[in-house]
Amino acid sequence: MTDASEATAALSPGARPGGGEAARHDAAWRMILRAFVANKLALTGLIMVVAVALFCFAGPLFWHTNQVSTNLLEVNKPPSAAHPLGTDDLGYDVLGRLMAGGQSSLAVGFAVALVATMLGVLYGVISGFAGGVTDAALMRFVDIVLAIPVVYLFIDLASEFKPTLGLLIVVLALLSWLGPARLVRGETLSLRVREYVQAVRTMGGRSGRIIVRHLVPNTAGTIVVNATFQVADAILTLAVLSYLGFSLPPPTATWGGMLENGVNFLYDGYWWEIYPAGLMIVLTVVAFNFIGDGLRDSLDVRLQRR
Amino acid sequence: MITYIIRRVGQAIIVLAGVTLIVFILQHLLPGSIARAIIGPRATALQIAAFNRQYGLDRPLPLQFASFFGQLLRGNLGYSFKQNMSVDAIVLHDLPNDMLLVGVSLVLALLIAIPVGILQAVRRNQLADYAATGISFVLYSMPSYLLGLLLIALFAVRLRLLPAEAPQQPTITGVLSDPAGLVLPIATLTLVTCALFSRYMRSSAIDSLAQDYIRTARAKGLRQTAILSRHLLRNSLIPVVTLVGISLPGILTFGLIVEQLFNFPGIGLAYFNAAVNGDYPVVFGVTVLVALATVLGNLFADIAYAVLDPRVRYD
Repeated sequence: MTDASEATAALSPGARPGGGEAARHDAAWRMILRAFVANKLALTGLIMVVAVALFCFAGPLFWHTNQVSTNLLEVNKPPSAAHPLGTDDLGYDVLGRLMAGGQSSLAVGFAVALVATMLGVLYGVISGFAGGVTDAALMRFVDIVLAIPVVYLFIDLASEFKPTLGLLIVVLALLSWLGPARLVRGETLSLRVREYVQAVRTMGGRSGRIIVRHLVPNTAGTIVVNATFQVADAILTLAVLSYLGFSLPPPTATWGGMLENGVNFLYDGYWWEIYPAGLMIVLTVVAFNFIGDGLRDSLDVRLQRR
Repeated sequence: MITYIIRRVGQAIIVLAGVTLIVFILQHLLPGSIARAIIGPRATALQIAAFNRQYGLDRPLPLQFASFFGQLLRGNLGYSFKQNMSVDAIVLHDLPNDMLLVGVSLVLALLIAIPVGILQAVRRNQLADYAATGISFVLYSMPSYLLGLLLIALFAVRLRLLPAEAPQQPTITGVLSDPAGLVLPIATLTLVTCALFSRYMRSSAIDSLAQDYIRTARAKGLRQTAILSRHLLRNSLIPVVTLVGISLPGILTFGLIVEQLFNFPGIGLAYFNAAVNGDYPVVFGVTVLVALATVLGNLFADIAYAVLDPRVRYD
């Protein structure tokens, strides 16, 4: 669809290479919107994500709790009217803590997906566009980083650093950009020999223009679908890292941290300190996977990985 | 074909050298020197200098890397000062336990995921397909330790049927003498691996079902069971080779978490304890080893694919 409009734009007199940028961005958004409406799975996922986000960010406006200072008089209380989901071993209200933990978990998920996708797209498009020796060298580097066991590395980092939110996002993103880099490089390899790219080149369009105006927009489907999976993966990895001890220091809450803490009370039967946090992680990750799967089918993107 | 294999092996060696270099750089970027970690926080500068001199840690970094890499090529992963044992000995001691855990789980996962994937493809968009997809979706979206926890909560805490801990004797015979303790760790690893495989198996079986040879088999009047077992199953097995190869790092990561959760005496647990205790040679030795397993897994998958499927072109 985009190819055809590009071709006509290139043929019409007076057209600049890559003209009508605003219109194309509009079309891309409409394409994604239509994909959501057409696909029940994606729509279900989107509704779930919005519900979780509302719960985490708007919830604290209605349910006021103290998530900073501990309350040792109210420790490990079972669910009651005052605490619908009980309290944990430091006296934090679990319902309120789910909201606070969700904020940091969602923030990390989105930030990691955004940074990793931008890095990966840039790297992949440059690698694919350059081709030859540069491409081979850049891709071997991706292979090398992919071969390093990520979670293993983190346990090691955990014994040395207590991460901040920013550091956590940077480290996770530095390890997540490889997937999109490979995907975008593959698409670029096939896109760069298309007629409309040659047309831009004959009209004098420079490489930078071809990359920014033509190659990247035409991989939009792949990028969007992959970014959705990236959010799911980042939230999962964050939970696993919390379990292994690499997590934001207290009093900051994360779902993974709550789960890790609740494990200590498995034998005491304090179910409210374990399962709500686990359920939130699973619900959120399932929701993003729904969106990703739905969009992949609607946008007709072929992803090798899933 | 031969040139293809040679080229892939060459790439694998380059990747391994790169991994080693990065691990080596990380080793020297980490705060706190090896000497301080070994002889304690109150060591004097003189003692540290003597330690560095004794173990060649005062040489220029490129030289140190050359000897590190040279030792690796000879199969020497390093020496743990803390445990006064070579990393090779630590790894070899735990290796049989890991092969048992990962091997059994992998085989079980394949035995479940392949038939389920084919069933899903045949019954596409029917109840059984939706149920299997739903289950694998939830398993896939669950942190693996949460699954292990749920199994412990149900079978060990509630029903009291199985122990919550893996066998605690460190040798392979000791591990095998306590089969009940193996059930939950293997079940957890099997289920997460299954979830990893089943989504792939379903789409691969659906692709195979649409192939011409299936239509030919139908046209010549073969029964459904014969088509599925003789044609579909066989052809669906080819991508499984790739799948196992590329999933290896993921499975090893799951394995680490399962070992940590159930206190299973394997390399993952040894690694975890080493990382917590600042036993760097073990940490870096095992990291290189897992990277090696990853690279070999990919290499094996590519070559096996080329051998098994005559349609694959290698230029």
